Amino acid sequence: MLFPSPRLSAVSSPRVVVTGAGIVTALGMGWRSNVDGFRSGRTAFRPVQRFDVSSHRAKVAAEVDLPNTLPPSKLSHRQQTRLSHADRLLLHCALECWERAGWPPSDSLPVVLGTTAAGMVLGEDYYRQALASPTCHSRQPTRALHYQAQTQARLMTAALGCAGPILILSNACATGANAIGHAWELIRTGKTTRALAGGYEGLASLLFAGFDSLQALSPTICRPFDANRNGLALGEGAALLALETLDSARERSAEILGEIIGYGTTIDLHHLTQPHPEGNAALKSMQLACQAAGITPAEVDYINAHGTGTVLNDAAEAIAITRWAGSLVSTLPVSSTKASIGHLLGAAGAVEAVVCLMALREQFLPPELAFETPDPACTFPVINRPRAAKLEVALSNSFGFGGINATLIFKRWI
Amino acid sequence: MDLISPRVYLCGIGAVSPAGWGTMALEQALEAGEPLPIQPLERFGWEAPLRFRPVPPPRERPAFFGHPRMRRASAITHYTAAAGLEALAGLPTEIREHRLGIIVCLQVGPVQYASRLFQEILANPSMASPMLFPETVFSAPASHVAALIGEPPVATTVLGDASSFLQGLALATDWLAQGMVEVALVVSAEELNWLSADAARLFNRNGVCAAGAAAVCLTGESRLGIGAELELITDAVPYAAARPCGKAAVEMRQQFPPGTPQELLCDTQGGAPAPCRAERTAWADWPGARRSPRKILGEGFVAAAGWQCVTAIHAVSSRQYAAANVSVVGCTQQTIGARFIPA
Repeated sequence: MLFPSPRLSAVSSPRVVVTGAGIVTALGMGWRSNVDGFRSGRTAFRPVQRFDVSSHRAKVAAEVDLPNTLPPSKLSHRQQTRLSHADRLLLHCALECWERAGWPPSDSLPVVLGTTAAGMVLGEDYYRQALASPTCHSRQPTRALHYQAQTQARLMTAALGCAGPILILSNACATGANAIGHAWELIRTGKTTRALAGGYEGLASLLFAGFDSLQALSPTICRPFDANRNGLALGEGAALLALETLDSARERSAEILGEIIGYGTTIDLHHLTQPHPEGNAALKSMQLACQAAGITPAEVDYINAHGTGTVLNDAAEAIAITRWAGSLVSTLPVSSTKASIGHLLGAAGAVEAVVCLMALREQFLPPELAFETPDPACTFPVINRPRAAKLEVALSNSFGFGGINATLIFKRWI
Repeated sequence: MDLISPRVYLCGIGAVSPAGWGTMALEQALEAGEPLPIQPLERFGWEAPLRFRPVPPPRERPAFFGHPRMRRASAITHYTAAAGLEALAGLPTEIREHRLGIIVCLQVGPVQYASRLFQEILANPSMASPMLFPETVFSAPASHVAALIGEPPVATTVLGDASSFLQGLALATDWLAQGMVEVALVVSAEELNWLSADAARLFNRNGVCAAGAAAVCLTGESRLGIGAELELITDAVPYAAARPCGKAAVEMRQQFPPGTPQELLCDTQGGAPAPCRAERTAWADWPGARRSPRKILGEGFVAAAGWQCVTAIHAVSSRQYAAANVSVVGCTQQTIGARFIPA
């Protein structure tokens, strides 16, 4: 029963730990290749191959080359032949997360996913065929079905051999973080002891052209927080986290990758696509997350910023971080991993959550090698060289079109 | 078992539908019991048009159309705003502007602008309008409505089949229980064009698509209520190979009391054939009255689930029935139900 809901956990506000993670980005498939890529600050951009960008200002993106075959899963051959690129991105990372979590099959596992475009490529194919061959319906039902995010989520649970209520959030570029935050709240409020949460996004020509039409894409290099930044770069990928109560993880002696200690979300109503110039809602989001975590800015060792590389976003976020951290800001390391893998939109918050866990677990700061000249608003050090560091707490910001902001705070687990 | 949810009351409802702008128009159409007229929808490359039930123009231009955020917004945002504002009309300004959470639930979403943008991209990507892209984002209606209403502390957008509206209600009860907000507004909305009607026809050949929105406002404060209380929301029972639609519908039905002749069932009938069959079987023992908004208004996807809830809430708050159950058997995702009683 969703309402009134039973309390499943005996503990009030149980601690929530991460016992599984899956990640797919243009840096590679899985935890290890992404750790190596982020640790060194490698960039994964290339000329777009999946669709024609010859008429656009921007020409590059961080595309993911997926293997031809999926790892073993519970999907039938027929189901596998119908998978879209977005499905496959999600499945690769879900299978990695599931294997690492070591959870038994369940028919009541809550799944919370974030995406902005779901199977947009299939929608584009549907549209093209509907115009080019109006009376031909071949493959159109599959496209119409697989275009929808809930179909992708159901395929994922089928592949894992589990089932459970599926909630899909679509809060633009904050939605991956919102999905994880919501799952964290489900566990904290005793509604479940485990949940699978994250985000995914496949690159589509509509997204690329849409951002290009706004002149939001960089025609050169994506350099978040650099004084000479001129836009974002798009990417694609997916990330999922297996979340559970600390008691549950300990009971089964699970490997713990980190702890989620705080989450905050706010809405910035300044403009549909522009943040408030003083970063008011971003500031509030960070404050709420800290309040939930019971920590002060002094206890945060690294910020994985939203840092898109656009003039307006980075300026507002820099001001928000400065206001939030106060006098501590001059020594607070900040970087945006969008410099390496691009902006993953609905997957961004989830991927960056995994990056924070990697940084905490492996004790490094992910650099932005292209960063050269600090924007005057950046009063904090932007990491631009590979660097080992002693990190206990990391904070991740995600802000989206429409104004939804989300902040997650992670703690190292030893 | 230890329960963690406080009582939840309904404090407003709103609707935009093929019957018109407002819950009154919706109720009158459902009371009349006659399917609304069907209109042709031109479909490129076809001689015979598609069929749909659009939202008629409002009798008077709503004042909110003049808000800066509304001028370029799509129809789906206008529907969301109209239904939402109607639901909020009875609430004190302070609560409405500062202690409100907003949840917008969509399945098809902003398809009109998305189609226009893609058409422009296919013609010449470098000439695609920058005005269109932001409006194609699923979260645009929630953002616009939040800006229209005031400074709500939190808002979110939920995607899914018709079941997502009841998931939105469940999320709202969580927000209330956690003290995040004093009132939660849950809106479902859909707009239509030939593309979405074309796709829907692949799954329901005789179906008639419809556009519109529905809004339900929830609070933990009985003093703000309109005479109805949320008694339960069942689990969301997802479809899976081992749990097809029929089995999921039965699992959902089993979470309701058996029912009495004095109670109302607002169901999914009039939607896609397979979910309707499953629902008929699951509720075959229902002893009370039934109401099927889709048979009158059309297949409004998530908006139609909202219409089910709005008519159920109206039925109990006006004391027509001792209780009203809402059964939503979604097309592609899951089943879920809710039950409302007089407060």
